[in-house]
Amino acid sequence: MRAFTYERAGSSQAAAAAAAAAPSAKFIAGGTNLLDLMKLQIEVPTHLIDVNPLKLDRIEPTQEGGLRIGALVRNTALASDERVRRDYGVLSRALLSGASGQLRNRATTAGNLLQRTRCPYFYDTAQPCNKRQPGSGCSAIDGFSRQLGVVGVSEACIATHPSDMAVAMRVLDAKVETVKPDGATRTIPAEELHRLPEASPHLETVLERGELITAVTLPKPVGGTHIYRKVRDRASYAFALVSVAAIVQRDGSGRVALGGVAPKPWRIEQAEAELPRGAKAAAAALLDGARTTKDNAFKLPLVERTLGAVLSEARG
Amino acid sequence: MKFDTPATTNPIDAMKVVGQPRDRLDGPLKVTGGARYAYEQHDVAANQAYGYVLGAGIAKGTIRQLDIEAARNAPGVLAVVTAREAGKLDKGKRNTARLLAGPEIQHYHQAIAVVVAETFEQARAAASLIRVDYAEEPGTFDLEAARSKASEPEGDDPSLKDSRIGDFPGAFASAPVKLDETYTTPDESHAMMEPHATVAAWEGEKLTVWTSNQMVAWTVVDMAKTLGIPKENIRVVSPFIGGGFGGKLFLRADVLLAALGARAARRPVKLALQRPLIMNNTTHRPATIQRVRIGATRDGKITAIGHESWSGDQKGGGPELAVSQTRLLYAGANRMTAMRLAAMDLPEGNAMRAPGEAPGLMVLEMAMDEMAEKLGMDPIAFRLLNDTQVDPEKPKRPFSMRRLDECFKVGAERFGWSRRSPRPGQNRDGKWLVGLGVAAAFRNNLVMKSGARVRLGSDGILTVETDMTDIGTGSYTIIGQTAAEMLGVELDKVVVKLGDSSFPASAGSGGQWGGNSSTAGVYAACVKLREAIAQKLGINSSEAVFAGGEVRSGNRSIPLSKAIEQAPLIGEDTIEYGDLDETHQQSTFGAHFVEVAVDAATAETRIRRMLAVCSAGRILNPKTARSQVIGAMTMGAGAALMEELAVDTRRGFFVNHDLAGYEVPVHADIPHQEVVFLEETDPMSSPMKAKGVGELGICGVGAAVANAIYNATGIRVRDYPVTLDKMLDRMPDAA
Repeated sequence: MRAFTYERAGSSQAAAAAAAAAPSAKFIAGGTNLLDLMKLQIEVPTHLIDVNPLKLDRIEPTQEGGLRIGALVRNTALASDERVRRDYGVLSRALLSGASGQLRNRATTAGNLLQRTRCPYFYDTAQPCNKRQPGSGCSAIDGFSRQLGVVGVSEACIATHPSDMAVAMRVLDAKVETVKPDGATRTIPAEELHRLPEASPHLETVLERGELITAVTLPKPVGGTHIYRKVRDRASYAFALVSVAAIVQRDGSGRVALGGVAPKPWRIEQAEAELPRGAKAAAAALLDGARTTKDNAFKLPLVERTLGAVLSEARG
Repeated sequence: MKFDTPATTNPIDAMKVVGQPRDRLDGPLKVTGGARYAYEQHDVAANQAYGYVLGAGIAKGTIRQLDIEAARNAPGVLAVVTAREAGKLDKGKRNTARLLAGPEIQHYHQAIAVVVAETFEQARAAASLIRVDYAEEPGTFDLEAARSKASEPEGDDPSLKDSRIGDFPGAFASAPVKLDETYTTPDESHAMMEPHATVAAWEGEKLTVWTSNQMVAWTVVDMAKTLGIPKENIRVVSPFIGGGFGGKLFLRADVLLAALGARAARRPVKLALQRPLIMNNTTHRPATIQRVRIGATRDGKITAIGHESWSGDQKGGGPELAVSQTRLLYAGANRMTAMRLAAMDLPEGNAMRAPGEAPGLMVLEMAMDEMAEKLGMDPIAFRLLNDTQVDPEKPKRPFSMRRLDECFKVGAERFGWSRRSPRPGQNRDGKWLVGLGVAAAFRNNLVMKSGARVRLGSDGILTVETDMTDIGTGSYTIIGQTAAEMLGVELDKVVVKLGDSSFPASAGSGGQWGGNSSTAGVYAACVKLREAIAQKLGINSSEAVFAGGEVRSGNRSIPLSKAIEQAPLIGEDTIEYGDLDETHQQSTFGAHFVEVAVDAATAETRIRRMLAVCSAGRILNPKTARSQVIGAMTMGAGAALMEELAVDTRRGFFVNHDLAGYEVPVHADIPHQEVVFLEETDPMSSPMKAKGVGELGICGVGAAVANAIYNATGIRVRDYPVTLDKMLDRMPDAA
């Protein structure tokens, strides 16, 4: 960890402005990911802006009949919210499948979306990594890559996004609300928040310099059966090898997003048209163009089989 | 005391305190934070500075240039020590690679510098300013590729040599039923909760280290040799250890670098190996490739059994002793074992809980399951048919006690083994494929010289001092129970002091020898104290009975306090062993039963139930012994299902070097465990008539899990750990 300066944010806009003004500032909320990365000198911000004082910890109904979730709502609070459990079960289940009780008590909604990859080469500063040190190369592609991505990956990076919550947000068509340093606000659909790595895997989101997430909104509930199925080597406290977030309607139509396979929550809307035809067709459409390594090729059949189990569970 | 004839009736047999499920003496300290672990020794030396260790970023090569100027000038920095600053250092007898490297690098994350600063944060920040220019060299990192160059291990130790009895090749070739399979086990990390940590302080030429180490006396000797100073100048203190599992048997870099840092900074220094260093800087259990051949008659009698193992280590290191149990576990006239060792450039391998037997039984006991199926026999019946009461290599040499058959029978009854379907893949519970598996547990009972001192103070408190360690095993408690039993007092009158090299040297904690050996040493010291008390009271010690705080002889009954009216009395002795472990094979036995459920879609395996039945001599404390066994079963479940240090064979290191990447079981993985100890005493082992259990508990568990997975699915995975990616293509079609 390098020495850094620290301030507590007075308002969202002031936080954004302060972040834009400092040479390499980071927002800190729960700190469950950032502090670890700072200790390992993977993140080396010179300035931290603590956004915890901002009153962004409420879950409120929107005019459209959905929910607005403040950026600072803790994972535990979000997972246990009655409205979330009733109308957005996939989100509650995804949250509870991640991390541990202690971490969920601390981790925030916005921070969860912005957590960084768990690629082991990203975590070892003695190893080349295009995400950590642009242009240094990727050690993972020909290395130990069992956990890593099979779709949306590039020659430069095969890291996955590790979040469970974000996969559920994607399947729910969530939107991210932000404020920029000049006070302007915008709304970014969840599908557009994360970028694919292509040649610049260090650029992970479309957020601009200083731009702060203030809330995540969920549209009106869509009903259906909500399932989050996370596949992992141990029963708890492990990142997904593959996860499936699904909302399935009585007529067999539905939505599905995948975790553990891509640099972002992976959803292909066209693939959902295949859902009534079963897992094989839908998985093939979801994984079209997949690029695997010897270590992670198993994820392709695993996605198909897991999706099959999810669809059959949804049918009851 | 020389123990060279089988034990007869002695004061321990009263079992008023020994053998009782007493709570841990150190329990309240541990749950209230009162037990000071090495890194928490804030007040043992004033003015402590902090050290931070820099590990090499390559696996093999040399340091061309090491620029420490920026680090030295960073805020708060008191000293930076590299091999250059350290000057001439020797290497401990039990270390393979050097603990402070330079200019030659022998493995990834080998320590190349320690930065000492006023605060931990300053030391860490400064360490990142050290610039290293390496000349990297290609190395040997892939065991499979190195296998052809492996050779017979060097050294005179017979356990390293090939064994050949009868005509194995002929008997195997002519056996009507045979198995010839190759299996692998991965590199594994001890991954203990408490990292290696030390506070070091110099007073003139004298060094004291407060550390976390299983073998205090070994550490004194190897530290003296490394630094080139007399061992009398070194004191090692290790009262509490937050897990070791063999990873803290030896002097490691934390002790050496804290001492070097303290010498350079002229301040006491505290340091812990950072978590990402644990996997590559310290030792690990080496990976193996094992080939097992078993030949049998059609009715299941083994006629030929052969076990070979290949493993790798740093040059000068040793093999994983994965074939050792196969020399003793099952009968059969024609036998062979062999180990081959490849020189490799991965971090050094060494002992991890049940070294040899743990990976050896993961393989042998899977092979036995496969063989039973070939024979159309129940796996328990097959094992019992080939049970033996004598050393199969030396039929005139009996086991001191062997009740493997009872372990299986008691376990089968209790676990409901009869409900197992002999055909795999038959038992479905909703989305789960359910199966049962079994395996034998086997681990030798090693006896080690062990000393202790007991003092009966004028306050009536009985104080035991020995450099024995408690690695979470319960040493404090069983040692206290032993002393209380011997002197006929309650446990609350006993104070146990451990883990200090200024106390008499003990067996230490390793190889599951600690419990029996260290309490036998305390027994010997207590016999001396009893003699001193009897003499003081003018009674014949051989007739004296110590009970209820009194010494009774004939119709006399004298309070113990009478003996110490003028001065405290002390007894000190060391237990030493004759040849009972040569005339008799001393081993511990068990049977592991496991029920698993495998998700029919994803092939995720989840354990449902585990049972271990153990035959391990007198159980000194059923409560702490049970904790040992369930902990070991958990570790065995990890080895079966998830634990693997992933080797990057290009760059030569273990990639998953933290507890997020190296998964060990969590609570949700271990739903139900039961342990049964057969009631027994083994008079050949020691006056305590006890043996070890801490390693027995892991032996065979992995195979029992894998065999249960086979029973559930019909899928045999011979490469541990048994993860879903190795099963998916053979799973039944998904829904």
